[in-house]
Amino acid sequence: MDYNILIGGEAGQGMDTLSAILERTLKRNGFEIFSTKDYMSRIRGGHNFIQIRFGDKKLYSHKESLDVIIALNAESVNLHIDRLVENGTIVINTGSDINDHRLLEIPMKEIAGEIGNAKIAGSVALGTVLKLFNIKRDKVNSVFDKVFKKQDIVEINMKAFEKGYGLVGGKYEVNGMNDDDKIMINGNEAVAVGAIAAGCKFYSAYPMTPSTSIMNYMAAKMNKIEMVVEQAEDEIAAINMAIGASYAGARAMTGTSGGGFSLMVEGLGLSSMMELPLVIAEVQRPGPATGLPTRTEQGDLKFVINASQGDFPRMVIALKNPEDAFYQTVRAFNMADKYRIPVILLSDQFLADYVTTYKPFDFSGIENERYMDNNKSFKKGEKTYKPYELTPSGISPRIIPGSIEGFTVLVDSDEHDETGHIVESGRLRVKMNDKRMKKAELLEEDIQEPEFFGSKDFEVLYVAWGSTFGPLKEAVNNLNRRGGKKYGALIFGDIWPLPKKEIVEKAKKACTLVNVEQNATGQLASVIREQTGIICTKSILKYDGRPFSPEYIIERSKTL
Amino acid sequence: MSGCGFETYETAWCPGCGNFGILAALKNALEKLQKKPHEVLVVGGIGQAAKTPQYINTNGFCGLHGRAVPPAAAAKIVNRDLTVIVNTGDGDTYGEGGNHLIHNIRRNIDITHFVHDNQIYGLTKGQASPTTAEGHVTTVQALGSKMLPLNPLLLSLVLGAGFVARGSSGDVKLLTEIMEQAIIYKGYAIVDILQPCVSFNKVNTYKWYKERVYRIGSDYDFENMDAAINKASEWGDRIPLGIIYKKERPVYSDKLDFLKKGKALVYRGLNPQKIQGLLSDFM
Repeated sequence: MDYNILIGGEAGQGMDTLSAILERTLKRNGFEIFSTKDYMSRIRGGHNFIQIRFGDKKLYSHKESLDVIIALNAESVNLHIDRLVENGTIVINTGSDINDHRLLEIPMKEIAGEIGNAKIAGSVALGTVLKLFNIKRDKVNSVFDKVFKKQDIVEINMKAFEKGYGLVGGKYEVNGMNDDDKIMINGNEAVAVGAIAAGCKFYSAYPMTPSTSIMNYMAAKMNKIEMVVEQAEDEIAAINMAIGASYAGARAMTGTSGGGFSLMVEGLGLSSMMELPLVIAEVQRPGPATGLPTRTEQGDLKFVINASQGDFPRMVIALKNPEDAFYQTVRAFNMADKYRIPVILLSDQFLADYVTTYKPFDFSGIENERYMDNNKSFKKGEKTYKPYELTPSGISPRIIPGSIEGFTVLVDSDEHDETGHIVESGRLRVKMNDKRMKKAELLEEDIQEPEFFGSKDFEVLYVAWGSTFGPLKEAVNNLNRRGGKKYGALIFGDIWPLPKKEIVEKAKKACTLVNVEQNATGQLASVIREQTGIICTKSILKYDGRPFSPEYIIERSKTL
Repeated sequence: MSGCGFETYETAWCPGCGNFGILAALKNALEKLQKKPHEVLVVGGIGQAAKTPQYINTNGFCGLHGRAVPPAAAAKIVNRDLTVIVNTGDGDTYGEGGNHLIHNIRRNIDITHFVHDNQIYGLTKGQASPTTAEGHVTTVQALGSKMLPLNPLLLSLVLGAGFVARGSSGDVKLLTEIMEQAIIYKGYAIVDILQPCVSFNKVNTYKWYKERVYRIGSDYDFENMDAAINKASEWGDRIPLGIIYKKERPVYSDKLDFLKKGKALVYRGLNPQKIQGLLSDFM
């Protein structure tokens, strides 16, 4: 069982509310959900749509074929009818001039008018659609409670819902309805929850689509968690504030998209030069410059691994899905503290905004290791504290400034000696550079190899990274089910430093090596070639700002 | 060597530089306030003034050009036990860092900002700064600076700064008193400090300043905004030194209850297991 519902209309027609209620109602009936938003960079008008896919088995991606279109205007039908299956249904307000046997006209606006609020027309459609799928209505009230909060609003929406539910009979079979034990979360929310769980106490950012909802979630929790979320005057301030908070002893983070990250680049180098831990979420959108602000791309990989002047260690983790985003965000803070380096979490609009279901994240295994030396080596009178002490590992001791009388912490963006004072000695410069780069060697031992899925006897090996995980997983499963060629895939999460073991081994076995990326130039393939000498001979690249679907990858696979 | 241990390191400043007077006043002020080195954080950006953290035995953060205020502000937010003092030059503060100055005055975090204002770029060898006079000839402004000089005191006043003062490196005694007041003041305190650049500013010399500056009298009402606007506007033949404006305003941390009570934020732990309840948002 695997259904797909599209809600389409103009910005400002209440689609977000309708979809939030529909997807949550489906989730509370025990279904797996995968819901994506496609929205324009405008507040009113235009064409936006949301696709809610639900089923009884784990869903890794959205899909293209549609079972139901809830059309809040006629344009939504015209734009998407080609994807509607033969047994599909178009739910639209009575009086459209569309001629199609799948049309189901319902008087949603009239009913809403009778009840006395034009805004509740969507709840009529909600009732109709749930009935079409024979879904019980007992979960709807509590969902309305959660979304609307105000009782009078809940009541009129329930009325509208009941009317809609009574308009039609059942049409589709569903199974797998059971008690709900899952959470439903998007990539940005998962990053935010991960950061909170990691003990992040300071998040500074400048609003930028599609990264802003990380800040939104944290800001709502400020009091409860006792963390500061500060909207900075610009991205330069955002990263420098986070570095200041980190210096002062807090776990700190900033987040942005590619354009904002461009402004942060000098700060990235500062974090590394000062050896102050920092976590940065870079939620990609198509560039360059303003690009396509509300759409998706994986175009910043080479940028983030190379950003800033000079040589220094950094870590880049490409997030694969919301669950991965949660655990990797927690890990990012530990890695940043362990090596005193900047760690970049690379996400994208697709992952930031799609919502999917998981077993509740496990907080029991989370250990926040600060690698602080306040209580260890620096009791008063024992020895001098040197923030850049040359140690065999390259990692120097770290204390909270102000925490121990008699010890001060001096950090510097200039080249410095062990005490943090500016130096220009060539000999010391080499020592300090080597000390910083030594951490990169250690870091290599801590990185995670890419995840493999597909046939162990693959002939075609796909390599991909980050959010391509979901669509590619479904595509590879589907391709292997069809028989014929056998397919495997390696998905990179940790991407800088590039883990090499798996790719070197698996590339030897593959007849064809194909990079699957949402960018125009094959940036992962380029990094793999630079780091290993391995060449991807074929590519599946997409850079229209819309995410991969499994169908798209399958189609392109045929022409490899 | 002073009683509190704010010893000086060898500096890279030119002999006769105004920064020596400012550094001396800063150490005097910290000693008078009986601060200990580990309780103080001195933050600089890049420039001659911004090297101050290098030359004083406190916690120090020598950041990026123009970007001293954001890390200073954040350090104070999360670690309020620190006395946070920013030392930056006129280019660092009013040029590259202008946006941060504007918004941190609005943010009103309890930090102190000493601007070493020599009306010239020293570290890059003598170009016009935002406070350089119109017509001032430099290597780059070869035909004279075409821009109006910025008035830092007026700017700070109209942005709502609660503590605005002007000092001079030539009057260390007065500067020490102003610095003490600025550090004690609860909120964003900005002190524009006149200093000659003996190497690159041949116009605004010790003599030039000496002929013009005067101490604001004890009858001056520094809580009066109109008077402050007038005083801050004085420039040219007569240049006032002293506290221009001082008034209590709610600070950033007054607006966040959780910051006020309990330990400084950096000393508060978090048990991840205790916040698993956040997941109810996604049920």
